[in-house]
Amino acid sequence: MKPAVLTGEHFMTGDVACAEGALAAGCRFFGGYPITPATEVAERMALRLPDVGGTFIQMEDEIAAMGAVVGASCAGAKSMTATSGPGFSLMMENLGLAICTETPCVLVNVQRAGPSTGLPTQGAQGDMMQARWGSHGHYEIIALAPSSPQEIFYQTIEAFNLSETYRIPVLVMTDEMVGHLSERVVIPEAETIQTVDRPRAKGRKDVFKPYKPGPNGVAPMAIAGEGYNIHVTGLTHDHRGYPVMTVETQQEMMDQLVGKVQRNLDKIIRTESYRLDDADIVIVSYGVSTRTSLAAVDEAREQGIKAGLFRLITVWPFPEARIRELASRVKAFVTVEINLGQIHLEVERCVCGQAPAILVGHPGGTIIPPDRVVETLREFC
Amino acid sequence: MSQSKKAVSHPLDDLVRTDRIPHIWCPGCGIGTAFSSCLRAMKESGIDLMKTVMISGIGCSGRGAGYVKLDSYHTTHGRAIPFATGMKLANPELNVVVFSGDGDLFAIGGNHFIHAARRNVDLTVVCVNNLNYGMTGGQVAATTPHAAKTTTTPVGNPEAPFNLPLMAYASGATYVSRWTILHTRDLTEAIEQAILNRGFSFVEVLSPCPINYGRRNKEKALDTLKLYQERSIIKNDAHPTELDIDLNRRVILGNFVQVEKPTCVDNYDNTCRPQEFLEEEKAA
Repeated sequence: MKPAVLTGEHFMTGDVACAEGALAAGCRFFGGYPITPATEVAERMALRLPDVGGTFIQMEDEIAAMGAVVGASCAGAKSMTATSGPGFSLMMENLGLAICTETPCVLVNVQRAGPSTGLPTQGAQGDMMQARWGSHGHYEIIALAPSSPQEIFYQTIEAFNLSETYRIPVLVMTDEMVGHLSERVVIPEAETIQTVDRPRAKGRKDVFKPYKPGPNGVAPMAIAGEGYNIHVTGLTHDHRGYPVMTVETQQEMMDQLVGKVQRNLDKIIRTESYRLDDADIVIVSYGVSTRTSLAAVDEAREQGIKAGLFRLITVWPFPEARIRELASRVKAFVTVEINLGQIHLEVERCVCGQAPAILVGHPGGTIIPPDRVVETLREFC
Repeated sequence: MSQSKKAVSHPLDDLVRTDRIPHIWCPGCGIGTAFSSCLRAMKESGIDLMKTVMISGIGCSGRGAGYVKLDSYHTTHGRAIPFATGMKLANPELNVVVFSGDGDLFAIGGNHFIHAARRNVDLTVVCVNNLNYGMTGGQVAATTPHAAKTTTTPVGNPEAPFNLPLMAYASGATYVSRWTILHTRDLTEAIEQAILNRGFSFVEVLSPCPINYGRRNKEKALDTLKLYQERSIIKNDAHPTELDIDLNRRVILGNFVQVEKPTCVDNYDNTCRPQEFLEEEKAA
């Protein structure tokens, strides 16, 4: 077998680095469907997976791709898919199945400008609310937002680790700019890469309850063929996995699905700060717009504006507590994102009128130039 | 005393989640018969049941997975086959049986069916065909006969139904048969053959839905069974183009297709994996 971890220095695109991150995390199943600008993730996996004992399949559509990913994970494989806008919409149904059945998997969305077919070859960050609420019903989700090929390599590993830890689908919400950007990517030695495997079923097979939560709120998982005779359903189910159509069971199941994320927020949420300690104005950003925002902070500081960056690595769950805390001591928030106000709404909600919250948005197709951010900052100083 | 004890046990109890009984299927429904044929076939085939999974979609027949005491997965509407494909490819040692209905497998899931057959994924697909959507109260399906009444075709179905075995055959299935729930022995044998066949295997089971289909088409449960008895012609190896269902005239039952072809996993291993990998696998 060829090595799964390509240790060394590379010059690669974000899409390729994403695939390499997945392989390094232990991903051994990819169910895909071609779509610009995510196709290169599938192409890389098609090339690499058969050499490392994994399986790639190009399914007949994105619905099937996501279905196969959930099935493969139930059979024990770390599984993923990658898509963009229209395909992301089609995956929402089986994403819900993975949420309800607590099946770990990773879904990469290399975002392009929408709505509909939109600008297939040009990036945007317009699917951030769909990432949060796109499937039906109420649920929690984890979404990461890398800003470079190097970051997408590590964040894809992180996505698998979070997914396996909490038995929840994890989204990597990248975009065309990062996906198609070629940069230096350093892949470390395999043994230095930390990977996590899902908690597994143990003990007596006849009394095992597949949805009885462990100490961190996550139930150990039995995989197909182990002899636990588990039942897994997208219907509301009890700890036995049996469908129970009662309000009480719905309440209990929802407490578990939502609670395992909400009770572990401090372990899940990842953010970064840049020149934030003495900042008057906080830029909130994520993904490729982080790059715009970093440049804007430096430029603003040169002009004497005390700006700092609060960067979301995990966009979902949203770091509400941290925004509230900042709101009590800063003069304004500026959210920089390539849509017309999505995460901006979350910031506004958490700031709750304690300071102005402004959007520097864009309908999509290109990155936001730092100058536009600096201009907005100047208006507030 | 011992007699009454005997009366509450059933030869398939070890394969049934008896704690989930009573099931949801209506009096006169044929799904239970198709289901027990399927369980009996699993048992009689001699496959390792610990390595056997049942996967269903949504609908009345889609509840099958909920009653079998094996690893069982009740998935999304129409998506049992893609889920099963992922499962089989991730662990080719599993025996994967898809048990679902005609609406699930051939309307919303039709695209997945033809592609899984084309790829020859080693799955056994048992389709209970009751000619309508039972779970939602009897709407027209892709299998409803022309002119039949349903809640969404109140004056008769303007469309023509699929010939399911023909579709399976044309798409590349390597085992294809059709029986009714009246022909339980033939049906059980066919499902057993389907399970033992390496490749994409399809068994269509005609089954009455007296509550939703029969009621609107002047067919009591027993009438439907009489039709199955009087109008069916058993013709093994019949060409799939002859298999249109016309219960006013005749319906052909039998085992129609059984061919050997490399499976999806065989082809992937031989085409995509490096030679040294295959040798390592063999050695292991």
